[in-house]
Amino acid sequence: MVKTSLPREEYLISGHFACPGCGAALSMRIALKALGKKAVLSIPACCWAVIPGPFPYRNLEVPLLYTAFEVTGASVSGLSEGFKAMGEDAIVVGWAGDGGTADIGLQSLSAAVERGHDFIYVMYDNEAYMNTGIQRSSATPEYAWTTTTPVGKREFWKKGWKKDMVGIMVAHRIPYAATATPAFPEDMYRKFKKAASIKGPKFIHILSPCPPGWRFPEEKTIEVARKAVLSKVFPLYEVENGRWRVTFKPARFIPVEEYLRMQGRFRYLPEDAVRYVQETVDREWERLLRKEELSKEGPIW
Amino acid sequence: MKAVLTGNESAAWGARLSRPKIVAAYPITPQTTIVEKIADFIANGEMDATMIHVESEHSAMATCISAEATGVRTYTATSSQGLALMHEMLIWAAGARLPIVMSVVNRAFAPPWSIWSDHMDTVAERDTGWLQFYAENNQETLDSVILAYRIAEDRDVLLPAMVTEEAFILSHTVEPVEIPDQGAVDDYLPPLDLPHRLRPGEPVGYGSLMMPDQYMEIRYRMARAMRRARRVEEKAYEDFWDTFGRLYAPVEEYKMDGADVALVIMGSIASTAKDVVDSLRERGRKVGLLRIRTFRPFPAEEVRKALSSMDAVAVLDRSYTFGHLGALATEVRSALYGSSPPIKNYIVGLGGRDVRVRDLEWIVSDIEKVAKEGLDREITWVNLRGGEE
Repeated sequence: MVKTSLPREEYLISGHFACPGCGAALSMRIALKALGKKAVLSIPACCWAVIPGPFPYRNLEVPLLYTAFEVTGASVSGLSEGFKAMGEDAIVVGWAGDGGTADIGLQSLSAAVERGHDFIYVMYDNEAYMNTGIQRSSATPEYAWTTTTPVGKREFWKKGWKKDMVGIMVAHRIPYAATATPAFPEDMYRKFKKAASIKGPKFIHILSPCPPGWRFPEEKTIEVARKAVLSKVFPLYEVENGRWRVTFKPARFIPVEEYLRMQGRFRYLPEDAVRYVQETVDREWERLLRKEELSKEGPIW
Repeated sequence: MKAVLTGNESAAWGARLSRPKIVAAYPITPQTTIVEKIADFIANGEMDATMIHVESEHSAMATCISAEATGVRTYTATSSQGLALMHEMLIWAAGARLPIVMSVVNRAFAPPWSIWSDHMDTVAERDTGWLQFYAENNQETLDSVILAYRIAEDRDVLLPAMVTEEAFILSHTVEPVEIPDQGAVDDYLPPLDLPHRLRPGEPVGYGSLMMPDQYMEIRYRMARAMRRARRVEEKAYEDFWDTFGRLYAPVEEYKMDGADVALVIMGSIASTAKDVVDSLRERGRKVGLLRIRTFRPFPAEEVRKALSSMDAVAVLDRSYTFGHLGALATEVRSALYGSSPPIKNYIVGLGGRDVRVRDLEWIVSDIEKVAKEGLDREITWVNLRGGEE
């Protein structure tokens, strides 16, 4: 067994209300290990609005303000400036799902990043509206089954590639943006540490596998997340002031089919669709490497 | 200090003197000059606050909510469509028991587009859990911001408050205004001490999921706070009188002694109506005026006391709640239930239409007729092109 270098302190304590195998619960645990006691969370409507438990229960050792679905960007702005005015030393963290970030919350997030307040914004991306029961979002991958993109006789699957949130954030000239997944806890931990050390807005995109939504057994969360990285579906990288850096380059890639076939949401996928996904992730990976190379000469926003 | 100020400058001065630390606002006509003035105050070092230039009114309120949750005093201002966009967050601010204060420049809703005054925007937010104060003039617009913080931030209340002034009629019209002394305001309005403020290192969760066996009590506590606001408001007016020498009340009785019929009005139309009452009184007509300043919590007892002995009551609404009566008429009728003289509802001045002396004189004549002959109809739209069907 390999020991990780993560600190022993726990800020996510036992008794949470997440589903077994929830990637978002694991991610919060790792993130808070990195951020520690000074973290103050703002959480909109999402799975994590339920995971801490109903009143009077809580399972987080840091303060938490629940907010409305579309306002996480506005909320972290208010918290950040409020704590500054009160002379409090806090790490303000917005913790929202993909729907609350890429769909309904995009406007307030964009504005908050443009204004440049000091906060970390986390999109834990389970690739659909999981809290309401697996409805498609703009972060749902192409070809995925959801309850609103059912596989019927005429209509099937989610159409169109998923929204590139890191790209959108980088276009705001954000000081720091990164991707992470609980399958690579040390990489995630380091990225949260780094984010906390940088002034201004920071954005972390976490791929957060969801056993009931993606249709895989609950003990496979880490394996699914790992395969997302190894298949180039979800590369691990960071963009610091326009400098792109791939933080994990697999020595050997796996075919995208290995990732897709693990999940019931892709079970109807025909061969040509698998080929299309493979070609797309191959091309995106090359594009990422080029950005990494080119940004050595100067920032690429 | 005496100055000549517009309603919006008065609102900005009210905010400046109340020392909010965070101002989050989004521009909308005719609110803009409030925020511009505050931006000037901050830029000139006359106001120690951070302005957050949000991308929408929805975010303005959301930002105020989160900032206020850290324990700082916040301020915002809006109008019409902007207020409607905020609706979700208005409910949130009240539910989170955050005493945010907001100036609202009353403006009609689109479509059709209108930038002029009516009360539809704030009346539509009546049920969100906010205190509502309707100003009659620019002095009251300024004073009410200070009063609103004092009442809203009281531990027995802890509910947000909005202060309204009507578009252009007040917002862009100058009047002589007494600007209170900062020292006196500081004595009158102590710094915010929010009992449930967020602090790093103190793990709490505000706003979590609540089961049916607890939720109802939370709403009851809000209802209780609204009720308690009555008493807190009285004390705030008493102290305001002692400190600044200007007297306010939830309802203002104007020449109600010996009146047989009464006009009931909110906002700036009351100023015109006072002239009308004066001139009709000189001609021996027994008419009085009851101005409603506080719409939430509604001063039902005061209304009952003032109106139950009238022969007839004319309630003027500068708004309409589609499907029944104007909101003020509904409230006055319910306040007078069981002891009610005939009450007739007059819908006036929507979309900034002038409410002229002769309109008000006609209303008085009409309500005098109701006093003699009884109610002909419950509601009528005044000065309507082509008349009513």
